[in-house]
Amino acid sequence: MDAYTLTIIVTASLVAAACGFIGCFLILRRMALLGDAISHSVLLGIVVAFLITGDRGILPMFIGAAALGLLTAVVVQTLEHGGVTADAAIGVTFTALFALGVVLLTLYAGRVHLDLEHVLYGEIAYVPWDTLMLGGYSLGAKALWTMGGVFLINLIVVGLFFKEFKVCAFDPGMATALGLNLLVFHYIQMTLVSLTTVAAFESVGAVLAVAMLIVPGATAYLLTDNLKVMLGLSMVVGIISAVTGYALAVWLDSSIAGAMASMSGVIFLIVLLLSPTHGVIARLRARSRKDGLAEPDVVQ
Amino acid sequence: MWSWLSDPNLQWVLMGSLLLGISAGAIGSFALLRGRSLLGDVLAHAALPGICLAFILTQNKGLLPLMIGAAVAGLIATKCIDFITEYSRIKEDTALGIVLTVFFGVGIVLLTAIQHSGAGNQAGLDAFLFGQAAAMIGRDVWVMSIVAAALLVFSALFFKEFKLVCFDRSFAGGVGFPVRVIDTVLMALIVMAVVVGLQAVGVILMAALLITPAVAARYWTDRLGLMVALAGIFGGASGVIGSLTSALGPRLPTGPLIVLAATVLFLLSMFAAPSRGLCAKWRRAARLREKVQRENFLRDIYERYELALPVQQVATEDLLAPGVPLTNSGPGSDERSHVRSKRVPRIARRLERQGLIRIHEHEEMSYCALTLDGLRAAWDIAHKHRLWEIFLMHEAELRSDHVDRDADDIEHFLTPDLVASLEQLLKVHQREPKLLPSVHPLKTGGMDSWTHTR
Repeated sequence: MDAYTLTIIVTASLVAAACGFIGCFLILRRMALLGDAISHSVLLGIVVAFLITGDRGILPMFIGAAALGLLTAVVVQTLEHGGVTADAAIGVTFTALFALGVVLLTLYAGRVHLDLEHVLYGEIAYVPWDTLMLGGYSLGAKALWTMGGVFLINLIVVGLFFKEFKVCAFDPGMATALGLNLLVFHYIQMTLVSLTTVAAFESVGAVLAVAMLIVPGATAYLLTDNLKVMLGLSMVVGIISAVTGYALAVWLDSSIAGAMASMSGVIFLIVLLLSPTHGVIARLRARSRKDGLAEPDVVQ
Repeated sequence: MWSWLSDPNLQWVLMGSLLLGISAGAIGSFALLRGRSLLGDVLAHAALPGICLAFILTQNKGLLPLMIGAAVAGLIATKCIDFITEYSRIKEDTALGIVLTVFFGVGIVLLTAIQHSGAGNQAGLDAFLFGQAAAMIGRDVWVMSIVAAALLVFSALFFKEFKLVCFDRSFAGGVGFPVRVIDTVLMALIVMAVVVGLQAVGVILMAALLITPAVAARYWTDRLGLMVALAGIFGGASGVIGSLTSALGPRLPTGPLIVLAATVLFLLSMFAAPSRGLCAKWRRAARLREKVQRENFLRDIYERYELALPVQQVATEDLLAPGVPLTNSGPGSDERSHVRSKRVPRIARRLERQGLIRIHEHEEMSYCALTLDGLRAAWDIAHKHRLWEIFLMHEAELRSDHVDRDADDIEHFLTPDLVASLEQLLKVHQREPKLLPSVHPLKTGGMDSWTHTR
């Protein structure tokens, strides 16, 4: 395996690990689509950051994206509070912000060196050539460093607030009774989601980012009842999809990000059917054996 | 200045986006009420592999084969969502997310594979991703208008069935409606709406046309028929406004502008709609606050009278006339009275206009005296207030034997029985209002306070 391939696979694995990690909480809190929405509306944040600063610096982009991600979460929350159902609130918010982003992007296309398709589908194939230079030395692909950094941030924040996130995910009522401010932790998670998706955006595009937010976590959810194991498994599933997806892309001569997303779907399908505890086949057999006594639907 | 309107190309585009907006808005209302707003988003993404496969199979870029491909992929996607939610513990939102990303991923793989294979003539296939309303031609508009008309006819035909399935699935099943079939028809209509919309506004923004006009219409009415019609109007209007705006500038993309127009309509509805809109809500809240302040003010005055006139007695105009001083230590000065002192002058003026109090000056001091009407109102408020106090004090004992647990409404809370025992307790605690407005005992059961009638 040459350095080029290795860089791509490691970057994709980092995306998978970072997204899968935070995605588990989204899935448990039934907010998978909020992740999707945030990953779309950060586009506006990126464009605005470009228009203000005029260059593709990483920091302003991260700030813009995080701000828009939070804004999405806040607007969705406000609309829900005002009586709009959750999914409709998500739909209204992200499409509006995304549309605004697209309009700004096309209006100022000359000034912004940002290609809409590039943002959405990414081109991970270019990642190895965009290297971080420091004092004349090449330190490896830039995306590798940003993804690694974001992954570390996710790891640290989740590690610090593991207990809080867990209570908020499984028993919001108890979390409130314990004196936790649900909203604060909600917004912390949403910030992580926006940071992760914007980092992933730059390198691999929105498709892979959203796929990795949702699919590996859901796959892990079918395999275990333990949150820590679920977090670990989601990373493993993500990395397997990255590796097999790369192989598929080489074989078909197609988009690498798309192939990785497809492979995560294949793995999900296999687990959905064959998981020993929560798989369809195991369930059907248990159902026919116990005649309708369903497995308890509990995660610890 | 309207000469550009006669541009035939623009007319096609206008016609197309108008029809698209109307049908998507109408169908979107059902999707919204069925709790499947984001299905449109998912289906729009899921259509991509269908479009690519149709192209690979037919090598044809005509709207019809691609639409059929997209529709088939969309139907498979809805079946996948149903399968995942039904046969595993994965919840609906996650299932939607999985289907959306995986199908789209497969679509991207196919799209790039087609592009890289250099199978000629594929250029423009990715117009489906972002939409190219401006490139709509006569034939496309014909296909779109047929589909849009079909959508509207179907939603009219199945109106009753959709209504039942949207609002009460179990009842619909109970009275023998084939719920699953109706659901599938609704999904098929959503798929069709998405598929026609793809070419105009693209994958990502098609979702908005289904959701936003419907949510906006929801603010205006509680009647489904009206809501569907309004959503159609909003959708059509955003289609027209969006296309016209994009015709103004050379580089303005139509799809996003249509979505932004829909969003503006949504924001307007959210703020301005009567009764459900935010402004109406704020106004109601302000009115309620004002009413509470007035009641608290009257009660405060009443309690001051009570302290000043020691024995229980029936008040006359003469007795009330001196009033209580409106000074720094007067009504509103005290935490307990729950009147903000800043508001005292305004509340007092208001009450005076209603003839409940009389304000007069005496030795450079303002005094506020209850009129007989005012006393009646104040007695009523104080009496009720104390009944509630006593009720809360004795809630535990009273609740179990008197209160119907299902009744959340305050009116149902205080049954005549309960009021009688509260009156008893009021006497025990010596909290009866001492200053009576008339010789005749007042009726105590009536909870329709004086303020309601005003």
